[in-house]
Amino acid sequence: MIWTTAAPAVTTAFLSSLVEAVEALTIVLAVASVRGWRPAVLGALAGLALLLLIVVALGPLLNRVPLHALQLVIGVLLLLFGMRWLRKAILRAGGVIALHDEEIAFATETEELRDQARQHETRLDWLAGLASFKAVVLEGLEVVFIVIAVGAGRGLVGAASLGALAACLVVVAFGFVIHRPLERVPENTLKFAVGVMLSAFGVFWTGEGLGVPWPGEDLAIVAIAALFLLIALAAVALTRPRVGAFP
Amino acid sequence: MNILVTASQALVGLFVDDGSLAVTILVIVLVSGIFSILMPDMPLVAGAMLLIGCLAVLFANVMKAAQE
Repeated sequence: MIWTTAAPAVTTAFLSSLVEAVEALTIVLAVASVRGWRPAVLGALAGLALLLLIVVALGPLLNRVPLHALQLVIGVLLLLFGMRWLRKAILRAGGVIALHDEEIAFATETEELRDQARQHETRLDWLAGLASFKAVVLEGLEVVFIVIAVGAGRGLVGAASLGALAACLVVVAFGFVIHRPLERVPENTLKFAVGVMLSAFGVFWTGEGLGVPWPGEDLAIVAIAALFLLIALAAVALTRPRVGAFP
Repeated sequence: MNILVTASQALVGLFVDDGSLAVTILVIVLVSGIFSILMPDMPLVAGAMLLIGCLAVLFANVMKAAQE
């Protein structure tokens, strides 16, 4: 395992999973606070089981795809995914769009469940469990994609999975201790960092897929990430005064 | 059925938020790919086109969004 490739892959998987796990935990906690832990935990476990099934079903297929084709497809998907994250993080850091607020997300989900309680009292446990299931599946799909994307093609799926698993365990442990959304997590900073790294991986893998011999081989990822960071920071600096000038 | 629709929308939403950004990225990849096929002796130029193109499109897209 090459450390210069493994470290960014594991760090990216850890940080992005941290963000997604916080978002999923917010919904699961909202469900638990309205209908108790049973539907929240059952829904979350069902979601995790489905994610596991997806990984087990799709994982072996990756070994059958030619390496260059795999690098190209994953590289393009990473570019779309990473630059989408980075764009949003830049706009949030620049104050163009509002920051994601876990406290508001928690309150909104809680209110929606209470509304449902008034309308469908008998089916509420089922609906609450479904909300928990949906949150875990949707946020978990992003984690699965990132783990496969940053790990496949270099034999790092195991290492990236460990990074993701560590992040999920950290978030779940905090969730059980505090029973509230993790609102102090600097979510946009994490998304900014992960967006930079995913975009860098995207350019690197797409280039490899096209047959580009990057100078410095795996070290090129670090250089590409530095360029994305530079452009992203410049964009944040330039958007801030523009927003202030045109309120 | 509802959850399948939501899941499909979420899956597409993973990669496409701002449509013009997604399309421009795909165009840059396509142009770099065509260049690497037509000029196989200069693969680094295709890499540079890809990298600079992505950086430029990100910067331009953010500036446009800020102005809007």
